[in-house]
Amino acid sequence: MKRDAKLPLGIDGALAPWEGSTSRRDFLKTSGIFVLGFSGVGGIGVAGLGRNGSVEPGEANPYPDPDFLQLDSWLVVHEDGTATFYVGKTDGGQGTGTAMRQMMCDELDLAYDRATLVMGRTDMTVDQGGSGGSDAIERDALPARRVAAEARRVLLELASERFEVPQDELAVSEGVISVASDPARTATYGELIGGRRFDVALTGRNVNETTGLASVKPVQDLKIVGQSLPRYDIPAKVDGSLEWAVDVKLPGMVHARNVRPPFAGARLVSVDESSVREIPGFIRVFREGNYVAVVCEREEQAIQAAESLAVEWEKPETAPFPPSEDLFDYMRGATPVGAGSGSSPRPREEGDPDAALANAATVVEAAYDIPFQGHTAIGPAHAVADPSDGQMTVYTNDMKPYSHRTGIAEFLGMPPEQVRVIWMEGPQLYGRTAADDAGFEAAYLARELGRPVRMQWMRHEETAWDTKGPAFAIDLRGGLDEAGNAVALDYRARIANYAHVGYNQADTVLIAQLMGIRPERPSPGGGRGPDEMYHIPNRRDETLAVRFPLAFETPLRTGNLRDPNGPQTTFAGESFIDEMAAAANADPVEFRLRLLHGTGEDDATFRRARSIAVVEAAAEAYGWDARPSPRAPGDGRILTGRGISYAYRIQTTVATIAEVEVDRESGRVWVKRMVCAHDCGLVINPDGLENTIQGNLLHGISRTLYEEVQFDGETVTSVDWRTHPTITHRDAPERIDVVIVNGDPNPDRPDLPHYGAGEPSHRTVPAAVANAIHDATGVRMRRIPLRPERVLEELAAAGI
Amino acid sequence: MITLRVNGETHALDVDPSTPLLYVLRNDLGLRGPRFGCGLGQCGTCTVLMDGRAIRSCMRPVARAEGEITTLEGLSADGELDPVQQAWIDEQVPQCGYCQNGQILTAKALLDRNPDPSDEEIRQGMNGALCRCMTYYRVQSAVRRASDAMTNGTNGANGADEAGGEVDR
Repeated sequence: MKRDAKLPLGIDGALAPWEGSTSRRDFLKTSGIFVLGFSGVGGIGVAGLGRNGSVEPGEANPYPDPDFLQLDSWLVVHEDGTATFYVGKTDGGQGTGTAMRQMMCDELDLAYDRATLVMGRTDMTVDQGGSGGSDAIERDALPARRVAAEARRVLLELASERFEVPQDELAVSEGVISVASDPARTATYGELIGGRRFDVALTGRNVNETTGLASVKPVQDLKIVGQSLPRYDIPAKVDGSLEWAVDVKLPGMVHARNVRPPFAGARLVSVDESSVREIPGFIRVFREGNYVAVVCEREEQAIQAAESLAVEWEKPETAPFPPSEDLFDYMRGATPVGAGSGSSPRPREEGDPDAALANAATVVEAAYDIPFQGHTAIGPAHAVADPSDGQMTVYTNDMKPYSHRTGIAEFLGMPPEQVRVIWMEGPQLYGRTAADDAGFEAAYLARELGRPVRMQWMRHEETAWDTKGPAFAIDLRGGLDEAGNAVALDYRARIANYAHVGYNQADTVLIAQLMGIRPERPSPGGGRGPDEMYHIPNRRDETLAVRFPLAFETPLRTGNLRDPNGPQTTFAGESFIDEMAAAANADPVEFRLRLLHGTGEDDATFRRARSIAVVEAAAEAYGWDARPSPRAPGDGRILTGRGISYAYRIQTTVATIAEVEVDRESGRVWVKRMVCAHDCGLVINPDGLENTIQGNLLHGISRTLYEEVQFDGETVTSVDWRTHPTITHRDAPERIDVVIVNGDPNPDRPDLPHYGAGEPSHRTVPAAVANAIHDATGVRMRRIPLRPERVLEELAAAGI
Repeated sequence: MITLRVNGETHALDVDPSTPLLYVLRNDLGLRGPRFGCGLGQCGTCTVLMDGRAIRSCMRPVARAEGEITTLEGLSADGELDPVQQAWIDEQVPQCGYCQNGQILTAKALLDRNPDPSDEEIRQGMNGALCRCMTYYRVQSAVRRASDAMTNGTNGANGADEAGGEVDR
């Protein structure tokens, strides 16, 4: 097949049948996945799709980057008038794909069920970075909308030529263009361009700026956007037909498992291969530095070999980190990394916080502790790598397939054009798969062995060795004047985030670290205080990273965990605002609104006004009874209370109210009801948004009540669902109300932007729950997670 | 040779009898419903039905898979979804969906022994099925919806004598 180097391989393949003599039936056979919408149906698997457009052995440049400045890279119209969209995003189950398809159909004027969407294939979809930062809808949907609008413009141009009628005398509806004055004269999109290229160049300095000549539609003209259309990926997830990354099977494929050091920082002394040689199907043991893996013909054989392999390890001389019970003392006592140097974030200061605190009528002080928390994906890391033809294809659920590709290429010393990464559905993402170790491992082993390799981690490995959300130790001081107004806030955080793992970097993924490959210097995670719009005239905001003795090869390596730092900082910030409200004897909602109204100034996105809107909407939907917290605790076994928490994230504003029941005998906390008022601007799919917010809230409850990585002085001891527990069905709230607020108060701005929703509500949960417990009991919980034994301890100490 | 009855078909397989059923279903029979989650019987992702009871296929040696095995693929007959699956679509339950095999089959087993469970019985009965997208709220709504569909809007028999939540291993 002849290929235009500028066009992605697969798109050329999708068009080819109409350019040549191949029948439509053959097209469906080779490329039917696009038309069917989800893979696996009718036996057309992604592995089959991967062979679409065969590659010559040793071909120099088979997988070039799809050119984002070509309309054909983004959108194909087929002969039957259906369309396929290609976007460089991935979907962690929040409906990103469905939302993108809705927006592009709307701009193209095509019915939703007449289009399909391909995501996250580096050889086929333009590099939009994959997922991360809840930016798919906020940022990456904009070029997608513009290119779809451009395709519509070109189709109108073609129709205008065909009918010899000016464009403004044409009407468009659902993929059919007609002459307004003579509606019998029609042409479908399929008739106008089906199976052929647009050959239209786009402009833009980067993929985010990509645009044609057409403008996107004003909000009031959008029809498909705003509908709660069912997610297209759900049926195949419910009937078992979906082919996931874990399901990929290739001819000659073998199975691999890792053998991890039993102690953090351990050095491998020797491996005794004879300990596993007799296992049926055994192929090889791989050892490079401290990286060890076994490969067998069958999966259960590889598992057995990994368990049985005799390996001698040597403990490091220095303890890698303190035990988890000493974590916060260690963090507060440690010398911050690079304090006073350029690598340390400078405190942000406004006014004179020290003087204001010295002069305050009341000073409130509190310290908050948040431990390391794991991603603990429901399915451990996995990937399949195929080294056929001297190239490398990796099937993975890595949320950032583009950096996965460049990272693996660098790691293996291959040109990126010989590597492609095919994203497929997998267990969640939430940042864990932004540096998906298994793909690197599978690719390394596949290259060494010359056969396709499937790698999957075991549960103990995933829970102990996945990337961790960093621990925080946060000290706050606040000052109130005589009228109970907040006049000073001093926020100082220590963050155990010294060697933050990047996005699929060839020198920070675990296999590289274990092989002794290191970045020149670690990347300490910075951070800043909670994101809120409170007007407090005198403030300090300081976050300093601290390190452990062991920086690399450590199971306490940190990475982005859903809404990185947001739940930790907002837990401290919004708990402390509640403590200040209590000290001022003020209602928590009224106290926050006072701080939000504190100044008339607002920013260009009206974040202050939109913050006020969500706080008010949450209070109204909940039926908030204004009074100071805590309430007088009752005499019964169950104590109830309500708490609020507010934050923004980038442009999205959220206020969440939790209602809790505290069992004073068992210490169990049940979040019985939640209300979340949420403003992410223009909503693409209301039901999809609600599902996403519900997940954020429950994930927040889980991190608030249960999740903590535990470790002794030698290694991480959280290895399964008992030692790193999670929320279960018993804990689900009885009722969740999501209030969608589109609070843009600017009448002069017709195009209300669509902002991100994948993470913002998550950060509000811990403080809402802790504030509700305080309201119910008068006890202030400042140490996450709020496990029953800690609640009982605090209740006993307070005599409740 | 191991003989296995799966989704109405009989298979004769030459595998080590101690092999966990999960790997035989996935790698020898090519089924995609049951997935590896923990290998410890803690999460439910690998759940299949054996004679209608939910079992953890990651813990069950294939030699001890003696009854009729039903996987997620086997729930629907002749292209007709099971009411539980339909409820999952109607409630738009899944996010990533990796665990939903266990959610759906645990619900199926629960409703087959207790067609009209109370909210508390749903919580108890479903408790062993973990979800890290935390879709529990919608899962519980879908169980309620499936129960309504299966009992046709009437109160079904009360299966309170059935212990909920515990899954055979």
